[in-house]
Amino acid sequence: MNRTFDRRDFLKLGGAAAALAAAGCATTPQTKARVVVVGGGFGGATAAKYIRLWDPAIEVVLVERANLFTSCPISNMVLGGSKTMEDIRHSYDGLRKYGVQIVFDEALAVDAAKRTVKLERGGELSYDRLIVAPGIDFMYDQIAGYDAAMKTGRVLHAWKAGAQTVGLRKQLMQMKDGGVYVLSVPLAPYRCPPGPYERACQVASYFKKAKPRSKVLILDANPDVTSKGPLFKKAWAELYKGMIEFRGNAKAIGVDPKTNTVKLEVEDVKGDVLNVVPPQRAGDLAVKAGLITANNRWCGVDWRTMESTAVKGVHVLGDATLSAPLMPKSGSMANQHAKICASAVVAMLNGRSPNPEPKIANTCYSYVSADEAIHVASVHTWNEQQKTLTTVAGSGGVSSARNALEGGYAWAWAVNIWQDMLG
Amino acid sequence: MRIAIVCAALAVAPMAASAQDMNAGRDLAASCAMCHGTNGRGAVGYEPLAGMAKQDLVRKFTEFRSGAKPATVMHQISKGYSDPQVQLIAEYFAAQKR
Repeated sequence: MNRTFDRRDFLKLGGAAAALAAAGCATTPQTKARVVVVGGGFGGATAAKYIRLWDPAIEVVLVERANLFTSCPISNMVLGGSKTMEDIRHSYDGLRKYGVQIVFDEALAVDAAKRTVKLERGGELSYDRLIVAPGIDFMYDQIAGYDAAMKTGRVLHAWKAGAQTVGLRKQLMQMKDGGVYVLSVPLAPYRCPPGPYERACQVASYFKKAKPRSKVLILDANPDVTSKGPLFKKAWAELYKGMIEFRGNAKAIGVDPKTNTVKLEVEDVKGDVLNVVPPQRAGDLAVKAGLITANNRWCGVDWRTMESTAVKGVHVLGDATLSAPLMPKSGSMANQHAKICASAVVAMLNGRSPNPEPKIANTCYSYVSADEAIHVASVHTWNEQQKTLTTVAGSGGVSSARNALEGGYAWAWAVNIWQDMLG
Repeated sequence: MRIAIVCAALAVAPMAASAQDMNAGRDLAASCAMCHGTNGRGAVGYEPLAGMAKQDLVRKFTEFRSGAKPATVMHQISKGYSDPQVQLIAEYFAAQKR
Protein backbone atom coordinates (compact mmCIF):
# COMPACT_ATOMS: atom_id res chain seq x y z
CA MET A 1 0.00 0.00 0.00
CA ASN A 2 2.68 2.47 1.00
CA ARG A 3 4.92 3.59 -1.79
CA THR A 4 6.95 6.53 -2.91
CA PHE A 5 7.47 7.77 -6.39
CA ASP A 6 10.73 6.33 -7.71
CA ARG A 7 12.87 6.85 -10.77
CA ARG A 8 11.34 3.85 -12.56
CA ASP A 9 7.87 5.36 -12.18
CA PHE A 10 9.20 8.63 -13.47
CA LEU A 11 10.66 7.06 -16.58
CA LYS A 12 7.51 5.29 -17.66
CA LEU A 13 5.55 8.51 -17.66
CA GLY A 14 5.37 11.04 -20.44
CA GLY A 15 4.38 14.68 -20.85
CA ALA A 16 2.26 16.24 -18.13
CA ALA A 17 2.46 13.21 -15.86
CA ALA A 18 6.28 13.35 -15.86
CA ALA A 19 6.26 17.08 -15.18
CA LEU A 20 3.79 16.47 -12.39
CA ALA A 21 5.93 13.71 -10.94
CA ALA A 22 8.93 16.05 -10.92
CA ALA A 23 6.89 18.71 -9.18
CA GLY A 24 5.64 16.10 -6.74
CA CYS A 25 9.18 15.01 -5.94
CA ALA A 26 10.23 18.59 -5.32
CA THR A 27 7.43 19.42 -2.92
CA THR A 28 6.50 16.14 -1.25
CA PRO A 29 9.53 13.86 -1.13
CA GLN A 30 7.95 11.38 1.29
CA THR A 31 4.33 10.84 0.37
CA LYS A 32 2.75 7.76 1.87
CA ALA A 33 0.51 7.12 -1.12
CA ARG A 34 -0.96 8.71 -4.22
CA VAL A 35 -4.66 9.16 -4.86
CA VAL A 36 -5.77 10.13 -8.36
CA VAL A 37 -9.17 11.79 -8.69
CA VAL A 38 -10.73 11.96 -12.15
CA GLY A 39 -13.40 14.63 -12.53
CA GLY A 40 -13.46 18.03 -10.82
CA GLY A 41 -17.18 18.42 -10.17
CA PHE A 42 -19.04 18.54 -6.85
CA GLY A 43 -17.81 15.05 -5.96
CA GLY A 44 -14.27 14.91 -7.31
CA ALA A 45 -13.07 18.37 -6.28
CA THR A 46 -14.48 17.93 -2.76
CA ALA A 47 -12.79 14.54 -2.37
CA ALA A 48 -9.44 15.92 -3.56
CA LYS A 49 -9.58 18.80 -1.07
CA TYR A 50 -10.78 16.75 1.91
CA ILE A 51 -8.17 14.00 1.51
CA ARG A 52 -5.44 16.68 1.67
CA LEU A 53 -7.23 18.39 4.55
CA TRP A 54 -7.42 15.17 6.56
CA ASP A 55 -4.00 13.73 5.64
CA PRO A 56 -1.46 16.04 3.98
CA ALA A 57 0.97 13.12 3.64
CA ILE A 58 -1.20 11.64 0.88
CA GLU A 59 -0.42 12.96 -2.60
CA VAL A 60 -3.60 13.92 -4.48
CA VAL A 61 -3.73 14.48 -8.24
CA LEU A 62 -6.96 15.84 -9.71
CA VAL A 63 -7.48 15.20 -13.43
CA GLU A 64 -10.07 17.49 -15.04
CA ARG A 65 -10.70 18.26 -18.70
CA ALA A 66 -11.99 21.85 -18.26
CA ASN A 67 -9.85 24.76 -17.08
CA LEU A 68 -12.80 26.24 -15.19
CA PHE A 69 -15.54 24.61 -13.13
CA THR A 70 -19.07 25.37 -14.40
CA SER A 71 -21.87 24.71 -11.92
CA CYS A 72 -25.09 22.99 -12.98
CA PRO A 73 -26.86 24.30 -9.85
CA ILE A 74 -27.79 27.96 -10.58
CA SER A 75 -27.39 27.38 -14.36
CA ASN A 76 -31.19 27.51 -14.76
CA MET A 77 -30.95 31.10 -13.48
CA VAL A 78 -28.68 31.87 -16.40
CA LEU A 79 -31.41 30.62 -18.75
CA GLY A 80 -33.90 32.88 -16.96
CA GLY A 81 -31.52 35.84 -17.19
CA SER A 82 -31.13 36.64 -13.49
CA LYS A 83 -27.57 35.22 -13.35
CA THR A 84 -24.74 35.06 -15.88
CA MET A 85 -22.21 32.41 -16.88
CA GLU A 86 -19.65 34.43 -14.90
CA ASP A 87 -21.66 33.70 -11.75
CA ILE A 88 -21.42 29.93 -12.21
CA ARG A 89 -17.82 29.58 -13.44
CA HIS A 90 -15.06 29.14 -10.91
CA SER A 91 -11.30 28.58 -10.91
CA TYR A 92 -9.63 25.43 -9.61
CA ASP A 93 -6.70 27.51 -8.25
CA GLY A 94 -8.04 27.47 -4.68
CA LEU A 95 -7.35 23.73 -4.46
CA ARG A 96 -3.62 24.31 -4.89
CA LYS A 97 -3.31 25.83 -1.43
CA TYR A 98 -4.33 22.44 -0.02
CA GLY A 99 -1.58 20.83 -2.07
CA VAL A 100 -3.90 19.27 -4.63
CA GLN A 101 -2.00 18.83 -7.90
CA ILE A 102 -4.20 19.64 -10.87
CA VAL A 103 -3.73 18.16 -14.32
CA PHE A 104 -5.94 19.56 -17.08
CA ASP A 105 -6.29 16.56 -19.32
CA GLU A 106 -8.75 13.90 -20.42
CA ALA A 107 -8.64 10.50 -18.71
CA LEU A 108 -9.01 7.87 -21.42
CA ALA A 109 -8.72 4.54 -19.64
CA VAL A 110 -8.05 2.83 -16.33
CA ASP A 111 -5.84 -0.22 -15.84
CA ALA A 112 -6.96 -1.50 -12.45
CA ALA A 113 -4.38 -4.32 -12.42
CA LYS A 114 -1.45 -1.95 -13.03
CA ARG A 115 -3.22 0.82 -11.12
CA THR A 116 -2.72 3.43 -13.77
CA VAL A 117 -4.87 6.03 -15.53
CA LYS A 118 -4.09 6.76 -19.17
CA LEU A 119 -4.32 10.45 -20.08
CA GLU A 120 -4.96 11.88 -23.54
CA ARG A 121 -1.91 14.15 -23.58
CA GLY A 122 0.02 13.39 -20.43
CA GLY A 123 0.99 9.72 -20.49
CA GLU A 124 0.05 7.49 -17.56
CA LEU A 125 -0.57 8.34 -13.92
CA SER A 126 -0.06 5.64 -11.32
CA TYR A 127 -2.25 5.49 -8.21
CA ASP A 128 -2.69 3.65 -4.94
CA ARG A 129 -6.39 4.49 -4.91
CA LEU A 130 -8.44 5.96 -7.74
CA ILE A 131 -11.55 8.09 -7.36
CA VAL A 132 -13.73 8.34 -10.45
CA ALA A 133 -16.27 11.19 -10.44
CA PRO A 134 -17.31 11.29 -14.09
CA GLY A 135 -20.79 12.76 -13.76
CA ILE A 136 -23.22 11.74 -16.46
CA ASP A 137 -23.21 11.21 -20.18
CA PHE A 138 -26.24 10.94 -22.42
CA MET A 139 -27.91 7.97 -24.10
CA TYR A 140 -28.51 9.82 -27.35
CA ASP A 141 -29.51 6.64 -29.14
CA GLN A 142 -32.71 6.47 -27.07
CA ILE A 143 -34.13 9.41 -29.04
CA ALA A 144 -34.16 8.96 -32.82
CA GLY A 145 -32.46 11.80 -34.68
CA TYR A 146 -31.06 13.38 -31.52
CA ASP A 147 -27.34 13.25 -32.18
CA ALA A 148 -27.65 14.85 -35.63
CA ALA A 149 -30.12 17.47 -34.36
CA MET A 150 -27.83 18.44 -31.48
CA LYS A 151 -24.81 18.75 -33.77
CA THR A 152 -26.66 21.32 -35.88
CA GLY A 153 -27.35 23.21 -32.62
CA ARG A 154 -31.09 23.06 -33.26
CA VAL A 155 -31.92 20.77 -30.34
CA LEU A 156 -30.10 21.20 -27.02
CA HIS A 157 -30.21 19.56 -23.60
CA ALA A 158 -28.21 22.11 -21.56
CA TRP A 159 -28.12 19.39 -18.88
CA LYS A 160 -24.39 19.95 -18.39
CA ALA A 161 -23.80 23.60 -17.70
CA GLY A 162 -21.55 25.23 -20.30
CA ALA A 163 -21.75 25.91 -24.01
CA GLN A 164 -25.26 24.49 -24.27
CA THR A 165 -26.48 26.74 -21.45
CA VAL A 166 -25.26 29.72 -23.48
CA GLY A 167 -26.79 28.25 -26.65
CA LEU A 168 -30.20 27.64 -25.08
CA ARG A 169 -30.29 31.13 -23.55
CA LYS A 170 -29.61 32.53 -27.02
CA GLN A 171 -32.42 30.47 -28.55
CA LEU A 172 -34.84 31.71 -25.89
CA MET A 173 -33.82 35.31 -26.54
CA GLN A 174 -34.25 34.87 -30.30
CA MET A 175 -37.63 33.14 -30.01
CA LYS A 176 -40.61 35.23 -31.14
CA ASP A 177 -43.21 36.34 -28.62
CA GLY A 178 -46.04 33.81 -28.77
CA GLY A 179 -43.60 30.95 -29.32
CA VAL A 180 -43.55 27.61 -27.52
CA TYR A 181 -40.56 26.38 -25.53
CA VAL A 182 -40.69 22.59 -25.23
CA LEU A 183 -38.85 20.92 -22.35
CA SER A 184 -38.65 17.14 -22.60
CA VAL A 185 -37.83 15.30 -19.35
CA PRO A 186 -36.48 11.71 -19.31
CA LEU A 187 -37.66 8.92 -17.03
CA ALA A 188 -36.11 9.02 -13.55
CA PRO A 189 -33.41 8.49 -12.47
CA TYR A 190 -31.66 11.46 -14.06
CA ARG A 191 -29.36 14.25 -12.82
CA CYS A 192 -31.12 16.74 -10.51
CA PRO A 193 -34.74 15.52 -10.07
CA PRO A 194 -36.26 19.02 -9.51
CA GLY A 195 -34.05 20.61 -12.21
CA PRO A 196 -36.54 20.45 -15.09
CA TYR A 197 -39.33 22.05 -13.09
CA GLU A 198 -37.03 24.82 -11.84
CA ARG A 199 -36.01 25.37 -15.46
CA ALA A 200 -39.66 25.68 -16.48
CA CYS A 201 -40.08 28.37 -13.79
CA GLN A 202 -36.99 30.28 -14.91
CA VAL A 203 -37.91 30.23 -18.59
CA ALA A 204 -41.48 31.28 -17.73
CA SER A 205 -40.10 34.06 -15.54
CA TYR A 206 -38.14 35.36 -18.54
CA PHE A 207 -41.17 35.02 -20.85
CA LYS A 208 -43.39 36.86 -18.37
CA LYS A 209 -41.12 39.91 -18.58
CA ALA A 210 -39.95 39.75 -22.20
CA LYS A 211 -42.40 37.60 -24.22
CA PRO A 212 -45.69 37.39 -22.34
CA ARG A 213 -47.64 35.56 -25.05
CA SER A 214 -45.16 32.66 -25.05
CA LYS A 215 -45.64 29.22 -23.51
CA VAL A 216 -43.63 26.57 -21.69
CA LEU A 217 -44.66 23.01 -22.53
CA ILE A 218 -43.21 20.26 -20.31
CA LEU A 219 -43.27 16.79 -21.90
CA ASP A 220 -42.41 14.51 -19.00
CA ALA A 221 -41.69 10.81 -19.49
CA ASN A 222 -42.63 10.36 -15.82
CA PRO A 223 -46.31 10.15 -14.85
CA ASP A 224 -46.09 13.27 -12.68
CA VAL A 225 -43.65 15.96 -11.47
CA THR A 226 -40.73 13.97 -10.01
CA SER A 227 -39.75 16.28 -7.13
CA LYS A 228 -41.48 18.95 -4.98
CA GLY A 229 -44.59 18.49 -7.15
CA PRO A 230 -47.21 20.42 -5.15
CA LEU A 231 -44.81 23.36 -4.59
CA PHE A 232 -43.91 23.61 -8.27
CA LYS A 233 -47.51 23.28 -9.42
CA LYS A 234 -48.58 26.03 -7.01
CA ALA A 235 -45.82 28.30 -8.33
CA TRP A 236 -46.83 27.58 -11.93
CA ALA A 237 -50.48 28.37 -11.21
CA GLU A 238 -49.84 31.49 -9.15
CA LEU A 239 -46.77 33.07 -10.74
CA TYR A 240 -47.08 31.96 -14.37
CA LYS A 241 -50.82 31.50 -14.83
CA GLY A 242 -51.64 29.99 -18.22
CA MET A 243 -47.99 29.94 -19.31
CA ILE A 244 -46.81 26.48 -18.22
CA GLU A 245 -48.47 23.30 -19.43
CA PHE A 246 -47.43 19.95 -17.94
CA ARG A 247 -48.00 16.64 -19.73
CA GLY A 248 -47.08 13.42 -17.90
CA ASN A 249 -46.35 10.04 -19.51
CA ALA A 250 -45.03 11.97 -22.51
CA LYS A 251 -41.78 10.25 -23.36
CA ALA A 252 -39.75 11.63 -26.27
CA ILE A 253 -38.68 8.91 -28.72
CA GLY A 254 -37.51 11.13 -31.56
CA VAL A 255 -36.75 14.66 -32.70
CA ASP A 256 -36.96 16.29 -36.11
CA PRO A 257 -35.26 19.69 -36.29
CA LYS A 258 -36.53 20.32 -39.85
CA THR A 259 -40.14 20.37 -38.67
CA ASN A 260 -39.32 21.52 -35.09
CA THR A 261 -40.98 18.40 -33.77
CA VAL A 262 -40.57 16.21 -30.71
CA LYS A 263 -41.96 12.75 -31.43
CA LEU A 264 -43.81 11.05 -28.57
CA GLU A 265 -45.12 7.49 -28.59
CA VAL A 266 -48.61 8.58 -29.62
CA GLU A 267 -48.25 12.01 -31.24
CA ASP A 268 -45.85 14.63 -32.56
CA VAL A 269 -45.49 17.95 -30.74
CA LYS A 270 -44.24 21.12 -32.43
CA GLY A 271 -42.31 23.86 -30.67
CA ASP A 272 -40.14 26.89 -31.39
CA VAL A 273 -37.32 26.00 -28.99
CA LEU A 274 -36.76 22.28 -28.41
CA ASN A 275 -34.94 21.55 -25.15
CA VAL A 276 -34.85 17.77 -25.08
CA VAL A 277 -33.02 16.18 -22.14
CA PRO A 278 -32.05 12.61 -23.06
CA PRO A 279 -31.86 9.67 -20.64
CA GLN A 280 -28.53 9.49 -18.84
CA ARG A 281 -25.95 7.06 -17.51
CA ALA A 282 -22.66 7.27 -15.64
CA GLY A 283 -20.01 9.25 -17.52
CA ASP A 284 -17.95 7.61 -20.27
CA LEU A 285 -14.91 6.86 -18.13
CA ALA A 286 -17.06 4.71 -15.83
CA VAL A 287 -18.01 2.62 -18.86
CA LYS A 288 -14.41 2.31 -20.08
CA ALA A 289 -13.18 1.40 -16.59
CA GLY A 290 -15.75 -1.38 -16.18
CA LEU A 291 -17.48 0.33 -13.26
CA ILE A 292 -21.05 -0.01 -14.55
CA THR A 293 -23.02 -2.61 -12.61
CA ALA A 294 -26.71 -1.72 -13.03
CA ASN A 295 -28.91 -1.56 -16.16
CA ASN A 296 -25.88 -0.69 -18.30
CA ARG A 297 -26.15 2.76 -16.70
CA TRP A 298 -24.94 3.21 -13.13
CA CYS A 299 -22.04 2.26 -10.84
CA GLY A 300 -22.71 0.17 -7.75
CA VAL A 301 -20.70 1.20 -4.66
CA ASP A 302 -20.21 0.17 -1.05
CA TRP A 303 -21.79 3.20 0.63
CA ARG A 304 -19.41 2.98 3.62
CA THR A 305 -16.39 3.71 1.41
CA MET A 306 -17.78 4.61 -2.05
CA GLU A 307 -15.56 1.81 -3.38
CA SER A 308 -16.84 0.24 -6.59
CA THR A 309 -18.52 -3.14 -6.20
CA ALA A 310 -17.00 -4.10 -9.56
CA VAL A 311 -13.36 -2.93 -9.40
CA LYS A 312 -11.22 -3.02 -6.23
CA GLY A 313 -9.24 0.09 -5.38
CA VAL A 314 -11.52 2.35 -7.40
CA HIS A 315 -14.11 4.61 -5.76
CA VAL A 316 -17.04 6.24 -7.58
CA LEU A 317 -18.82 9.44 -6.57
CA GLY A 318 -21.82 11.53 -7.47
CA ASP A 319 -24.42 11.20 -10.20
CA ALA A 320 -22.59 8.20 -11.70
CA THR A 321 -23.49 5.97 -8.74
CA LEU A 322 -26.44 3.62 -8.58
CA SER A 323 -28.31 5.86 -6.14
CA ALA A 324 -29.21 4.56 -2.69
CA PRO A 325 -32.99 4.49 -1.93
CA LEU A 326 -34.56 8.00 -2.04
CA MET A 327 -31.17 9.57 -2.73
CA PRO A 328 -31.25 12.23 -5.46
CA LYS A 329 -28.52 12.72 -8.05
CA SER A 330 -27.55 16.17 -6.78
CA GLY A 331 -24.49 18.36 -6.25
CA SER A 332 -25.17 18.25 -2.51
CA MET A 333 -25.14 14.46 -2.48
CA ALA A 334 -21.94 14.33 -4.55
CA ASN A 335 -20.29 16.67 -2.02
CA GLN A 336 -21.38 14.29 0.74
CA HIS A 337 -20.31 11.15 -1.15
CA ALA A 338 -16.89 12.80 -1.44
CA LYS A 339 -16.59 13.16 2.31
CA ILE A 340 -17.51 9.51 2.96
CA CYS A 341 -14.91 8.59 0.36
CA ALA A 342 -12.20 10.93 1.67
CA SER A 343 -12.64 9.61 5.20
CA ALA A 344 -12.53 5.99 4.02
CA VAL A 345 -9.52 6.49 1.71
CA VAL A 346 -7.53 8.29 4.42
CA ALA A 347 -8.37 5.53 6.90
CA MET A 348 -7.48 2.72 4.47
CA LEU A 349 -4.18 4.32 3.41
CA ASN A 350 -3.29 4.65 7.09
CA GLY A 351 -4.09 1.02 7.84
CA ARG A 352 -7.32 1.74 9.72
CA SER A 353 -10.87 0.53 9.16
CA PRO A 354 -13.21 3.03 7.51
CA ASN A 355 -15.95 4.68 9.54
CA PRO A 356 -18.45 1.79 9.88
CA GLU A 357 -21.62 3.86 9.72
CA PRO A 358 -21.45 7.06 7.69
CA LYS A 359 -24.28 9.58 7.80
CA ILE A 360 -24.81 12.35 5.26
CA ALA A 361 -27.38 15.04 4.52
CA ASN A 362 -28.87 16.59 1.39
CA THR A 363 -30.45 19.95 0.71
CA CYS A 364 -31.62 20.75 -2.83
CA TYR A 365 -32.91 24.26 -3.49
CA SER A 366 -34.92 25.24 -6.55
CA TYR A 367 -35.68 28.80 -7.58
CA VAL A 368 -39.29 29.23 -8.71
CA SER A 369 -38.72 32.89 -9.65
CA ALA A 370 -35.70 35.21 -9.64
CA ASP A 371 -35.82 35.50 -5.86
CA GLU A 372 -38.08 32.84 -4.31
CA ALA A 373 -36.96 29.26 -3.65
CA ILE A 374 -38.16 25.94 -2.30
CA HIS A 375 -36.14 23.01 -0.95
CA VAL A 376 -36.15 19.30 -0.31
CA ALA A 377 -33.92 17.97 2.49
CA SER A 378 -33.00 14.46 3.65
CA VAL A 379 -30.61 12.63 5.98
CA HIS A 380 -29.11 9.31 4.86
CA THR A 381 -27.46 6.83 7.20
CA TRP A 382 -25.83 3.40 6.94
CA ASN A 383 -28.40 0.64 7.30
CA GLU A 384 -26.73 -2.60 8.38
CA GLN A 385 -29.78 -4.73 7.48
CA GLN A 386 -30.13 -3.35 3.96
CA LYS A 387 -26.38 -2.79 3.41
CA THR A 388 -26.97 0.65 1.92
CA LEU A 389 -27.72 4.20 3.00
CA THR A 390 -31.37 4.80 3.86
CA THR A 391 -33.18 7.92 5.00
CA VAL A 392 -33.66 8.44 8.74
CA ALA A 393 -37.33 8.01 9.62
CA GLY A 394 -38.96 11.31 10.63
CA SER A 395 -36.21 13.48 9.16
CA GLY A 396 -36.17 15.60 6.02
CA GLY A 397 -38.98 17.24 4.12
CA VAL A 398 -39.82 20.10 1.80
CA SER A 399 -40.55 23.85 2.22
CA SER A 400 -43.95 24.72 3.65
CA ALA A 401 -44.27 27.37 0.91
CA ARG A 402 -42.04 29.17 -1.60
CA ASN A 403 -40.38 32.20 -0.05
CA ALA A 404 -37.68 34.82 -0.53
CA LEU A 405 -35.87 33.86 2.70
CA GLU A 406 -35.02 30.50 1.13
CA GLY A 407 -34.14 32.33 -2.07
CA GLY A 408 -31.36 34.01 -0.08
CA TYR A 409 -30.32 30.71 1.49
CA ALA A 410 -30.29 29.04 -1.93
CA TRP A 411 -27.78 31.52 -3.33
CA ALA A 412 -25.68 31.33 -0.14
CA TRP A 413 -25.79 27.52 -0.39
CA ALA A 414 -24.31 27.76 -3.89
CA VAL A 415 -21.56 30.18 -2.85
CA ASN A 416 -20.71 28.06 0.18
CA ILE A 417 -20.67 24.66 -1.53
CA TRP A 418 -18.48 26.09 -4.33
CA GLN A 419 -16.12 27.29 -1.58
CA ASP A 420 -16.30 23.93 0.25
CA MET A 421 -15.22 22.10 -2.92
CA LEU A 422 -12.83 24.59 -4.54
CA GLY A 423 -11.60 27.10 -1.99
CA MET B 1 -37.57 -11.98 27.78
CA ARG B 2 -34.32 -13.38 26.52
CA ILE B 3 -35.29 -12.32 22.98
CA ALA B 4 -36.00 -8.79 24.21
CA ILE B 5 -32.55 -8.53 25.78
CA VAL B 6 -30.85 -9.71 22.60
CA CYS B 7 -32.79 -7.19 20.55
CA ALA B 8 -31.85 -4.37 22.90
CA ALA B 9 -28.19 -5.34 22.65
CA LEU B 10 -28.37 -5.34 18.85
CA ALA B 11 -30.05 -1.96 18.82
CA VAL B 12 -27.29 -0.44 20.94
CA ALA B 13 -24.37 -2.05 19.10
CA PRO B 14 -24.16 0.27 16.05
CA MET B 15 -24.17 3.34 18.30
CA ALA B 16 -21.24 1.97 20.26
CA ALA B 17 -19.34 1.27 17.03
CA SER B 18 -19.94 4.85 15.93
CA ALA B 19 -18.67 6.32 19.16
CA GLN B 20 -15.51 4.24 18.85
CA ASP B 21 -14.54 5.53 15.43
CA MET B 22 -11.80 8.08 16.05
CA ASN B 23 -13.14 10.45 13.40
CA ALA B 24 -16.87 10.02 13.99
CA GLY B 25 -17.34 13.67 15.01
CA ARG B 26 -15.24 15.03 12.17
CA ASP B 27 -17.10 12.92 9.62
CA LEU B 28 -20.55 13.92 10.89
CA ALA B 29 -19.52 17.59 11.00
CA ALA B 30 -18.18 17.44 7.44
CA SER B 31 -21.77 17.17 6.20
CA CYS B 32 -22.56 20.58 7.67
CA ALA B 33 -19.73 22.20 5.68
CA MET B 34 -21.56 22.35 2.37
CA CYS B 35 -23.75 25.12 3.80
CA HIS B 36 -21.82 26.30 6.87
CA GLY B 37 -18.32 26.32 5.37
CA THR B 38 -15.34 23.97 5.58
CA ASN B 39 -14.80 23.25 9.30
CA GLY B 40 -17.66 25.65 10.01
CA ARG B 41 -15.77 28.75 8.81
CA GLY B 42 -16.09 31.31 6.04
CA ALA B 43 -19.66 30.70 4.86
CA VAL B 44 -21.92 33.53 3.78
CA GLY B 45 -25.54 33.71 4.93
CA TYR B 46 -25.34 30.74 7.33
CA GLU B 47 -24.39 30.72 11.00
CA PRO B 48 -20.65 30.12 11.53
CA LEU B 49 -20.16 26.94 13.57
CA ALA B 50 -16.39 27.04 14.17
CA GLY B 51 -15.60 27.86 17.77
CA MET B 52 -19.22 27.75 18.92
CA ALA B 53 -19.44 26.61 22.56
CA LYS B 54 -20.50 22.98 22.72
CA GLN B 55 -23.54 23.62 24.88
CA ASP B 56 -24.73 26.38 22.51
CA LEU B 57 -24.64 24.14 19.46
CA VAL B 58 -26.33 21.28 21.32
CA ARG B 59 -29.05 23.64 22.59
CA LYS B 60 -29.70 25.12 19.12
CA PHE B 61 -29.78 21.69 17.50
CA THR B 62 -32.19 20.42 20.16
CA GLU B 63 -34.42 23.48 19.73
CA PHE B 64 -34.50 22.97 15.96
CA ARG B 65 -35.55 19.38 16.56
CA SER B 66 -38.34 20.29 18.98
CA GLY B 67 -39.54 23.18 16.84
CA ALA B 68 -38.77 25.74 19.58
CA LYS B 69 -36.32 27.48 17.23
CA PRO B 70 -37.86 28.48 13.90
CA ALA B 71 -36.10 27.17 10.80
CA THR B 72 -36.46 26.72 7.06
CA VAL B 73 -34.43 23.48 6.80
CA MET B 74 -32.72 22.68 10.11
CA HIS B 75 -35.92 21.43 11.79
CA GLN B 76 -35.93 18.66 9.13
CA ILE B 77 -32.18 17.93 9.10
CA SER B 78 -31.84 17.92 12.91
CA LYS B 79 -34.39 15.09 13.24
CA GLY B 80 -31.92 12.82 11.44
CA TYR B 81 -29.33 12.91 14.24
CA SER B 82 -29.25 11.17 17.64
CA ASP B 83 -28.26 12.95 20.86
CA PRO B 84 -24.80 11.28 20.97
CA GLN B 85 -24.23 12.32 17.35
CA VAL B 86 -25.16 15.93 18.15
CA GLN B 87 -22.66 15.83 21.01
CA LEU B 88 -19.93 14.65 18.63
CA ILE B 89 -20.73 17.36 16.09
CA ALA B 90 -20.77 20.04 18.79
CA GLU B 91 -17.44 18.87 20.22
CA TYR B 92 -15.86 18.98 16.79
CA PHE B 93 -16.98 22.52 15.99
CA ALA B 94 -16.17 23.80 19.49
CA ALA B 95 -12.56 22.73 18.89
CA GLN B 96 -12.26 24.62 15.57
CA LYS B 97 -10.68 28.07 15.37
CA ARG B 98 -13.22 30.78 14.62
